[in-house]
Amino acid sequence: MSKTTTSLLVRGYEVVIGFETHAQLSTASKIFSRAPTAFGAEPNTQACAVDLALPGTLPVMNKGAVERAIQFGLAVGSHVAEQSVFARKNYFYPDLPKGYQISQFEIPVVQGGSVEFFLGEEKKSVRLVRAHLEEDAGKSLHEDFIGQSGIDLNRAGTPLLEIVTEPDMRSSAEAVAYAKELHKIVTWIGICDGNMQEGSFRCDANVSVRKPGAPLGTRREIKNLNSFKFMQQAIDFEIRWQIEQIEDGFAIQQATVLFDPDTGETRAMRTKEDAADYRYFPDPDLPPLVIGRDWVERVRSEMAELPRVMAARFVADYGLPEYDATTLTQSQAMAAYFEAVAKACGQPKLASNWVMGEISRRLNSGEASIETMPVSATQLGALIARIQDGTISNNAAKQVFDVLWGEGGDIDAIIEAKGLKQMNDSGALEAIIAEVIAANEKNVAEYRAGKDKAFNALVGQVMKASKGKANPAQATELLKKKLG
Amino acid sequence: MSKELHQLGVAELAAQLAARDVSSVEVTQHLLARARQHSHLGAYLAFNDDAALAQARAADARLAAGERSPLLGVPLAHKDIFVTRDLPTTAGSKMLEHYRSPFDATVVAKLADAGMVNLGKLNCDEFAMGSGNDNSAYGPARNPWDAERIPGGSSGGSAAAVAARLVPAATGTDTGGSIRQPASLTGITGIKPTYGRCSRYGMVAFASSLDQAGPMARSALDCALLLSAMAGPDPDRDSTSLDRPTEDFAAGLIHSNTGAADATQASAAGQKDFNRLQGLRIGLPKEFFGEGCAAGVQAAIRTALAEFEKLGATLVDISLPRTELSIPVYYIIAPAEASSNLSRFDGVKFGHRAAQYTDLADMYQKSRSEGFGPEVQKRIMIGTYVLSHGYYDAYYLKAQQIRRLIAQDFQQAFTQCDVIAGPVSPTVAWKIGEKSEDPVANYLADIYTLSTSLAGLPGMSIPAGFGEHGMPVGLQLIGNYFKEAQLLGTAHQFQLATDWHTRAPQGF
Repeated sequence: MSKTTTSLLVRGYEVVIGFETHAQLSTASKIFSRAPTAFGAEPNTQACAVDLALPGTLPVMNKGAVERAIQFGLAVGSHVAEQSVFARKNYFYPDLPKGYQISQFEIPVVQGGSVEFFLGEEKKSVRLVRAHLEEDAGKSLHEDFIGQSGIDLNRAGTPLLEIVTEPDMRSSAEAVAYAKELHKIVTWIGICDGNMQEGSFRCDANVSVRKPGAPLGTRREIKNLNSFKFMQQAIDFEIRWQIEQIEDGFAIQQATVLFDPDTGETRAMRTKEDAADYRYFPDPDLPPLVIGRDWVERVRSEMAELPRVMAARFVADYGLPEYDATTLTQSQAMAAYFEAVAKACGQPKLASNWVMGEISRRLNSGEASIETMPVSATQLGALIARIQDGTISNNAAKQVFDVLWGEGGDIDAIIEAKGLKQMNDSGALEAIIAEVIAANEKNVAEYRAGKDKAFNALVGQVMKASKGKANPAQATELLKKKLG
Repeated sequence: MSKELHQLGVAELAAQLAARDVSSVEVTQHLLARARQHSHLGAYLAFNDDAALAQARAADARLAAGERSPLLGVPLAHKDIFVTRDLPTTAGSKMLEHYRSPFDATVVAKLADAGMVNLGKLNCDEFAMGSGNDNSAYGPARNPWDAERIPGGSSGGSAAAVAARLVPAATGTDTGGSIRQPASLTGITGIKPTYGRCSRYGMVAFASSLDQAGPMARSALDCALLLSAMAGPDPDRDSTSLDRPTEDFAAGLIHSNTGAADATQASAAGQKDFNRLQGLRIGLPKEFFGEGCAAGVQAAIRTALAEFEKLGATLVDISLPRTELSIPVYYIIAPAEASSNLSRFDGVKFGHRAAQYTDLADMYQKSRSEGFGPEVQKRIMIGTYVLSHGYYDAYYLKAQQIRRLIAQDFQQAFTQCDVIAGPVSPTVAWKIGEKSEDPVANYLADIYTLSTSLAGLPGMSIPAGFGEHGMPVGLQLIGNYFKEAQLLGTAHQFQLATDWHTRAPQGF
């Protein structure tokens, strides 16, 4: 296991990536109104007077959105601000009904924190700058309206948590691993449904390159990355493009770019020169958001065990390696499945190997999801117990698992039917061992001369002669006894 | 009936309605007809006779069923800055011509729930920006004391209607003096309560941190009756509404003695009692009595103050050292907030949209240039400027700092006195058009009202005699936070002892 942090250089350049992620919070109603937030309704059917910014309407904070921000802050070890301030970000756009977006600017609700994850087997930590509450805008519909645009304000006022990192990531792979980890956290604690296609989890990547040791390069922001696949493609393209520009003698201009999945390229939407002056100022319609310690503590006490806490517990209680513990806590369902298997068989490391091995392989191939897969934790636990009690070998257990996954059935019946039971009858095994010793005089002599390798060869011969049914541990023990 | 119906104030009308001497429908019909007779005042922008009469009939039914409550069946009218379902809401702007709100403002709904009958909507300066009601897209409102003169603003239609006895009471809003100044210039009584007392939900926003609704009527008692129904928390709709229980401000006038030692039965009976304000310390800020205040206004104020002394109050010299700064501070903060609040009027969803445009930017530009009047455009530009990158710290942030100091000055002053008194306006009502070429003079005229608004304190104007050109002069009373009852009580005692508030302009 490599623990060294290698700086990944691309053609001699260091890549620097920071993220801004908009996680749509899973409240039933909007952040400042009582209109519902459900996705996919007919245009403008989920926008009330407040969302439409009708004259005289005022925002009222949805406590559920604040609660979710607190949950997030606790999940990533941030400071939850006792007092934060809503500000108006002023700009004109037809799908922005008030002509300003209510956001947080100078004092956000969640400050600091970090997201930790494994990149391969290397542990990484990305520092968070902040996470702030804000409202989403509506949508402009440019199709279906010849020469005109339609406006759908259903999404206007949907609560968002914008999560901003330090520029801590050094490769597209690390960026994607961060995004996946963040996605895991927000769905784990249930503050966001994580549906990337519906836009519930949208990432903007700030990408720049520099020669190692040089100051930060000029960044370009890739907007609205809504799949992990596109994220990696877009960042890789952007890195290549920036390096080529610099190599060709051009300076990078700060810009906002969009990724086109069809061409696999990024293209500039607007450059810094067009950047609006948002005229932020504290929103006089909303008093400062005050969060008492008692509120934070109540949320903490009601929160499910966090993935990083659970992983630490897996290490402490089950003796699992940190890598296993982190991998198993990718989702609540995965972690719960592992724990059930471990409890059923009493062998946490074996349970971990099976869940991370056979189970993950099948889930990753898309055959089933953890909720729908055919092998229950009780069954897998029982199967592992059969390995542990010497009934079957590990290899035989994989054959049983295949049957369980494909057709189902009773474990012992499958073992019986396929004749996979290990030879635990010492009489039969002793006979085989006697034959093997007689037939392999050379190995026997070498073993007696002190060569361990020769012994392994003898065990192999015993296993072979038993057609794999011998219990390797028992075979070893008996061989040693016979050879004196 | 000794008085004609339109001469009756809120309390008097309520008593007659309760005694079934007159019906709400009769009063409503009388006042609707009277309002139309005096349409040259430009006080009303819209009527809905059917809706008003339906409300009056409902009130009469409740009265007939034996229900008695202080405002049941009494008519009023709303400043056209409050949104209403039954009537259009224009905010005095072409931008909202024909705009109809799908909901009633909280204040409108509360007064309707109290049984009041809404006669119509009253003229005001466009988006409440102005102090003469000469910035209305629907023409000026006129002062019933002299129709060539402004009634004050921005609640000029409310003031003109109440002064001309077209309606016994009206709602107003006060951002920098828009209730107190027109009340002063038309000889009526008006109170701007503590910021947050009345819900702002349904008030077309001008400057959110300053806007506050309040009643305008012909006496402190009438204002107290309305304010009791208007005020109260509205946590589900306005996050800045104060979480304070509703008070019966009128009961306090009759049963207590305004912070002075003991109540006497005499006050309820309306007899002169020379010790009713015994112990009350009235602070006189020296900055309110310097040069710049017209001699006639000063004289009226001094006479009124002498009356307070006769009632037992003590006059104390105090200082509000940052009074002058309140003008630049206000004219940074209010436009800054307005520039943002008025961004929603973009021609996309509601309000005026230009007939012809080439692209989105052109649509915005034309719609807003056509829909907003010059004063509104000016303030949007000022507000946009002071919030811009590179200017924010020097203007907006600095103004907010001084605003806090202004509020502190008041707290310092209230260690020396119970209420603060002075003029509302440095002059009496001016002639329509007289100041329109001089915007700075217009802004300077707000000097005595702005600091109260910036501090969020309650303030009121009560009739205190007459100044130049025989025009009314209002005395301003400023209280500490939540001291509306004390202010109203103090004003009530003055009104028991004087008759300025009963004077009607000739012909009305």
